[in-house]
Amino acid sequence: MAVLCALALWELAVRSGLLSETSFSPMTDTVAELGRQLGTGDFWTAVLNTLQGWALGLGLAILLAVPAGILVGSSRLAYRALRVPIEFLRPIPSVALIPLAVLVYGTGLESKVFLAVFASFWPLFVQTMYGVQDVDPVVTDTARSFGLGRFERIWRIRLPAAVPYIATGVRISSAVALILAVTAELVIGSAGLGRSISVAQSGGAIDVMYALIIATGILGWLLNILATRGERRVLHWHPSQRELPA
Amino acid sequence: MRRHLAIALEITVPILLLVLWGVYSASGDTFYFPPLTDILQKFQELWLFDRVGSDVWPSLQRLLLGYAIACAAAVAIGIPLGLNPLLRRATSPIVEFLRAIPPPALLPFAVVVLGVGNSGKIFLIAFVCLWPVLLNTIDGVTGIDPTLRETARSYGVSGRERLTKIVLPAASPQIFAGMRTSLSLALILMVISEMVASTNGIGFFVLQSQRSFAIPEMWAGILLLGLLGYALNLIFLLVERRVLAWHRGARASALG
Amino acid sequence: MLEVSQLGKTYGEGENATHAIGSISFGIEEKEFVCVVGPSGCGKTTLLKCMSGLLEPSTGSTALKGRTVDGPPPEMALVFQEYSRSLLPWMSVRGNVTLPLRHKKLGKGETARLVEEAVEAVGLAGFIDRYPWELSGGMQQRVAIARALAYQPEILLMDEPFASVDAQTRGDLEDLVLRVREQFGVTVLFVTHDIDESVYLADRIVVLTPSPTEVREVLTVDLPHPRDQVDTKELPEFARLRAHVYRLIKREQSGGEEDATTGGRAGGERADRDRVRG
Repeated sequence: MAVLCALALWELAVRSGLLSETSFSPMTDTVAELGRQLGTGDFWTAVLNTLQGWALGLGLAILLAVPAGILVGSSRLAYRALRVPIEFLRPIPSVALIPLAVLVYGTGLESKVFLAVFASFWPLFVQTMYGVQDVDPVVTDTARSFGLGRFERIWRIRLPAAVPYIATGVRISSAVALILAVTAELVIGSAGLGRSISVAQSGGAIDVMYALIIATGILGWLLNILATRGERRVLHWHPSQRELPA
Repeated sequence: MRRHLAIALEITVPILLLVLWGVYSASGDTFYFPPLTDILQKFQELWLFDRVGSDVWPSLQRLLLGYAIACAAAVAIGIPLGLNPLLRRATSPIVEFLRAIPPPALLPFAVVVLGVGNSGKIFLIAFVCLWPVLLNTIDGVTGIDPTLRETARSYGVSGRERLTKIVLPAASPQIFAGMRTSLSLALILMVISEMVASTNGIGFFVLQSQRSFAIPEMWAGILLLGLLGYALNLIFLLVERRVLAWHRGARASALG
Repeated sequence: MLEVSQLGKTYGEGENATHAIGSISFGIEEKEFVCVVGPSGCGKTTLLKCMSGLLEPSTGSTALKGRTVDGPPPEMALVFQEYSRSLLPWMSVRGNVTLPLRHKKLGKGETARLVEEAVEAVGLAGFIDRYPWELSGGMQQRVAIARALAYQPEILLMDEPFASVDAQTRGDLEDLVLRVREQFGVTVLFVTHDIDESVYLADRIVVLTPSPTEVREVLTVDLPHPRDQVDTKELPEFARLRAHVYRLIKREQSGGEEDATTGGRAGGERADRDRVRG
């Protein structure tokens, strides 16, 4: 209901001149344009390009971050050794590497994927690491007293315990990968929704710009729901997901 | 014995990595990866303290202003939403949608509406950084222990007192978690907005260097951004540690 | 002073309705110490929440000094079982005890005096500037009691306050409550599942049935004051009362289909404890 109110407000604000028509596009026009876009091939190509960058970025990040996280998380020594470099590399804004990516990989898909992977690696790596470490020492002690070897302890105890954290990490990394993919498209000009928006903006096609921004938002929203549902299913036994009694 | 080994590793591994980088970059002569010594030299030339006024300060200003606005607004909106389930449900779809828009997609919007000046960038940073803090504030408020709430009710603690003495402190650990995420977002957006729509700033500088093939300068800029990220994070942690000292104590005793 | 009239609480509707409380009626006189005992799960906490105005009853009402309770009244103070979740971890002991007083507008000097008096009465004078997590469980519960006392209530409602505390500390806290009742002259309603505790503390005991909960019986406890953990419990009257209450509750439990085994085990535990205490 509030949604309808907001939409109505938007329409009124622009039509009445409260928000100038040169910078803002009325809701009805935007929605109409969005509808039109959904019918064009260019639009869907752009969507696919963005999704491609996202999927490859996220996929590679998972392949790299999860094993790395498990390894470093299970070994106290490895963790202590690598803690400082990790804490230093982590806060580097991946976008700072955009110029580097352009230099090395050009302006195509590889640049996009490189940036997406670099950025999504860290949250997932850290989450996995924390997940592996977060096992109750009582549980691991019990396992050791039953004679479980190191590898078995990792496989049977730490890994299942880490799965909820990994699920959360994937959700975060998914959002990050999308952001970087669109960023690369916007700043570098790789093919995708980001570039389309930028082109629309510099060409003065405000309606198109707004329509595409909304479309990108919907895409982000859908991917977010996907990731959240997946996370919830994995987490359903974890205490953090249990409803507190009101 | 293991403890000593761990400490030794903590210190030697980073140094080792740095040395390796220095050696590797000095030996091979790829254009894109200049020797570490060159980079460090450029770093000193540029940022200590030649270009601080022209690039670093404007960047920091945008970052901090946008971040501060976002945090203040998020807490101000988040607390009422957290306390009022009706309001929360009503605004939930809008919030869920707006927060899912990938921030870079909003950059052209900011440019169109507010132009390429400072206000556009600050607005963008503020808008994007709002969401993590807002959502965490809401979660923090709704997650307040019911026993605490009942205690407050039974003693007649209400209104402004309840807000400042109970709701806010109780939600603050969660709020801080959100603020931490937003801080790194703020940095990212500052850089992007400067790369796309600016004539000064660190982000702008790095991109310009790349375009004019001033590679060591580019790296010096990247290094600065990394240091900035690290420093901001560190300061945040220190502040959090002081403000939330009670929380760490309480959690430690609850677990131990 | 406090009158509970046909209080009932039902959750849900129709077929799936849970009748937590059927109909409860009893009264409390001024300065009385009344214990409420009942089998596990009989809605004692629900009863307390309804009586204190935190929960709205489905039927019936509670009247404090003639006025119906429809929200937490200022003459009433509550002490919960989970002390660690009812104390504010970001405030010191002093801060926690002072908080309810702030809106009573008593002036800084008076407030400080009340706070210090209450903290001293519970024996925590040296810890007033510590934080809750620095204190043991028993001490934290004392802080909760001090907070209730500083509030200067006329009636104190306590919901199984010593259930989460170890047995030795429990004895100390029981004596503390009795002392405090003498010193401050408060009326006390004390909910517990520990039969020994209820007989030890009470002037009267209200025994409840399992859900839908009702009043099974109200007994008067004619044991001498001041009570002593060893002497009082040696008295034959104590044993008689305790056995009586125990049998009442066991009869209720075996009457219902739930927890026949746990009832037996709990009974066994209690018998063991008595042998140790002698």
